[in-house]
Amino acid sequence: MRTVTIRRISQGFFLALFTWLVIVTAWGDAPWQLRGWPVEAFLQFDPLIALATTLATGVLYAGLAWALVTMALTVVFGRFFCGWVCPFGTLHQALGWLGRSVRPGQAVRANQPHPAQALKYHILAFLLAASAGDAFVLASRSAADAPRWLFPMVATGLAAATFFALAQALRHRGRAAMATALLLATFLALGRLLPYNGIVTSSVQVGLLDPIALLTRSVALIALPLGDRSTHFLYSAPRFTQGAWLIGAVVVAALLANLVVPRFYCRFLCPLGALLGLLSRNALWRIGQSPASACTACKLCERDCEGACEPSGRIRSPECVLCMNCTGPCEPGILAYRTRVSEAGERALPDVSRRGVVLSLASGFLAVPMVRLAGRSGPDWHAALVRPPGSLPEDDFLDRCVKCGLCMRVCPTGVLQPAGVQGGLETLWTPILNNRIGSSGCQLNCIACGDVCPTGAIRPFTLDEKLGRGSHQTAGPLRMGTAFIDPGRCLPFAMDRPCIVCQEVCPVSPKAIYWRPRLVPVRDGLREVIVVDGDAVRVTDPPMVAGRYGSGDYRCRVPGRDDLAPRRITGNMSNTLYLEPGDWGDAASPGGSILVEAVLQAPYVDPDHCTGCGICEHDCPVRGVPAIRVTAESESRHPAHTLTRVIGPPRSTP
Amino acid sequence: MNDPRIGRREWLQRAARAGASIAAVGGLGWALHGRNLPSPGPMAPPGHVFPDWSIPDAPPRLAIVTGRDRVETLHRALAALGGIERFIRPGDRVVVKPNIGFATPAELGATSHPDVVRALVRRCVAAGAASVVVTDYPVNDPDSTFELTGIAQATREAGGRVVLPREDRFRNATLGGAQLIRDWPILAQPFDGVTKVIGLCPVKDHVRSGATLTLKNWYGLLGGRRNLFHQQIHDIIAELAMLVRPTLSILDGTRSMMTNGPTGGSQGDLKDTLTLIAGTDPVAVDAFGATLLDRRPEDIPWLAKAAAAGAGTTDWASLNPIRVAVD
Repeated sequence: MRTVTIRRISQGFFLALFTWLVIVTAWGDAPWQLRGWPVEAFLQFDPLIALATTLATGVLYAGLAWALVTMALTVVFGRFFCGWVCPFGTLHQALGWLGRSVRPGQAVRANQPHPAQALKYHILAFLLAASAGDAFVLASRSAADAPRWLFPMVATGLAAATFFALAQALRHRGRAAMATALLLATFLALGRLLPYNGIVTSSVQVGLLDPIALLTRSVALIALPLGDRSTHFLYSAPRFTQGAWLIGAVVVAALLANLVVPRFYCRFLCPLGALLGLLSRNALWRIGQSPASACTACKLCERDCEGACEPSGRIRSPECVLCMNCTGPCEPGILAYRTRVSEAGERALPDVSRRGVVLSLASGFLAVPMVRLAGRSGPDWHAALVRPPGSLPEDDFLDRCVKCGLCMRVCPTGVLQPAGVQGGLETLWTPILNNRIGSSGCQLNCIACGDVCPTGAIRPFTLDEKLGRGSHQTAGPLRMGTAFIDPGRCLPFAMDRPCIVCQEVCPVSPKAIYWRPRLVPVRDGLREVIVVDGDAVRVTDPPMVAGRYGSGDYRCRVPGRDDLAPRRITGNMSNTLYLEPGDWGDAASPGGSILVEAVLQAPYVDPDHCTGCGICEHDCPVRGVPAIRVTAESESRHPAHTLTRVIGPPRSTP
Repeated sequence: MNDPRIGRREWLQRAARAGASIAAVGGLGWALHGRNLPSPGPMAPPGHVFPDWSIPDAPPRLAIVTGRDRVETLHRALAALGGIERFIRPGDRVVVKPNIGFATPAELGATSHPDVVRALVRRCVAAGAASVVVTDYPVNDPDSTFELTGIAQATREAGGRVVLPREDRFRNATLGGAQLIRDWPILAQPFDGVTKVIGLCPVKDHVRSGATLTLKNWYGLLGGRRNLFHQQIHDIIAELAMLVRPTLSILDGTRSMMTNGPTGGSQGDLKDTLTLIAGTDPVAVDAFGATLLDRRPEDIPWLAKAAAAGAGTTDWASLNPIRVAVD
């Protein structure tokens, strides 16, 4: 079998596997639902996610260790992941093939290396530097905390090494000495300042452009909800995606760009490809020519070259995605994948300027404190940033969440939605609860989101922990926020209408929403009696809406006669009230007056029991702006957001 | 082509093309011209949304069975009423409508118990029913509620079919004489061609309406923004009693939810009331059911309203209920 055929089978297999795993990320016990399927696998094998979260947190979290396998294989074999595994790459390749020119010359021109291919390395540098803030702080803090004798020794050693390296590079001892002194001063200053400013920190934003996270998100939140619209196979209630247009626009633009330049995304934008390109620098096997003298310069090798890596000349090995489209058409048969270095020479490092990379690193590093200065993860935290249960505190959350959307896909009610930029730029596409979308709020007996999160941004939690049962009794339930009643919109408060739906659907026991009786005279409720005929009382104008007071929620009493039991109204005409049988004697007689009252149940929230699940908000009949709404007050993950006195020991987070 | 003049033939051709384009666009515009603006579609015509599924010309009957095992009491109640065969004939197409409101496990009593659903569906199948459908429109997420309550599995085990409340299974309907069920989406499709309907409900506290009993249970057939009806809860339940005339109503008061209803959430909300009621008069069934919650039927306005609407009698004792005690 030809190598490209095997490669195509591999690509098809992994694309199908990837799609399958996103599909089965669904709550339930059917074979196509969560039953131990390794739904996070692709994200766990992704070295960019592993590297960025490790830089930010100091921990290579759980299953992310699988990324080491991908890294090791890349170090040995090159960018096989891009050409043989990556499902996004496969889609690009397929679309690029559709858009390719049939004229060989034009096809070859489309696959020539382009200076913009350096862009992805800058993106990588920016994203990694943004992730690395905490690592810098940690390093400078350990330097500050190290024994007194150790730091001068290490500093002297580093300074000496820097000086000699610079002296060699600059060929000028004076300048090298000055540069070394400057660097040392900067380092010392940073070392004094960084640990204490609290704003130089990490923000993992690789999920914006990481191809696996991007495609997972796009399939989970765009393709499946769109595709299942008329089949109802995955969801019985249609799913919606908040802010769908942006997620959709990014993926559609990325795919359509292949019609302009094949593998546009892989060549110019993909930070994972850039990382794997750097890792493949010392690959033991690589594409190359031998003997180079036999090359006829026909350029047939570049007709379908996916990476635009120039195999006809000095091959740019970091760009090569091992598509193997070059070896077959090579007429003299000198191109092959082997251990020898190409006789035509190769460029082992990407074509990027050192200055440019330093600039990208610095931008990424500095962008985070600049964004954080807005205080969105501090005092100006956004009330609508209601995170799923088990979410870490916001700073730790942003160190881990890669915006893959698995939690939103698995959420049985669809209440988990990709955020906009409410909580600052960094919150884009991270999970929040939107109680208006979805088939219900956060389901009480569900722990699925913590179960699938590949990075632990939503940590795994048990049902006992979520409900505050068993050993979690003292800590209480996991709270996402607290519901607040808006009396200006709530029917019993604002419009004297009975309702109390929120209390009914509140799922905790005892209910967090309780009610107090609210007895109010209805509008024009005090009326003069004209005639009493048995249980029918004829009263003065204005005329009433027929049947309005017969719903069982209204009653009549005689003002000033508290000794007489009020009587329920069983029906009414425009000027007649029909009352349930009662014994008023002649207390209500012509010329006297009666009062029509509404017997209402007014809802109140008990913050000791509310978990912020949002089912009340979802089911509130006031749909435009619900009369009961959940905000992030008292969320368990932030003791500082506590609304009421903390009862029991504070929650611990890993 | 440098000659700026054009020939007569070409000029005529161009003029013809221009004329044809103007005629085509103008004609299309003329044909489509009008003053129509979108208007709401016609209201669903008033009438019977569902047929009357009760057994005709049969006096109302009521069985009250006490006992700890809800499957055993169910069988005894059916036997007391003359056997399931009295209600389900071979070839009947049956809908069983349990209470599947909330995504909580069966032990918490917020939904019909899967054991009863399983036993009832089995009896229908054994009586020769051509199909037995179990359906409801839960308050919580439908898919997970059917699964988590164990009712989906129980139904499948017993040979019944679960029908989820998909959007396309609702139909707008207007109930003749109704004030509230007017042009309102009803979960109607699962009832198409159905010949017998059995309502099955646990006994639960319900702060707004007084109690969740078999008539309140038909709330699960309402779609759309049904929570609006909480403003007239007693009226809507009375209308539901007019909407659905079931073959049989079964109230499972083996373990009743006394407080924190209708969601419950704790064993402390439940109490062993050890009674199962079955009957052909849903009002009578519910009137007796209210007593299990220590409530008087007259404290629950919708019972009187349903009786006034002709759905049955609140005076359950007048039906001479058959009382059975299972040890």
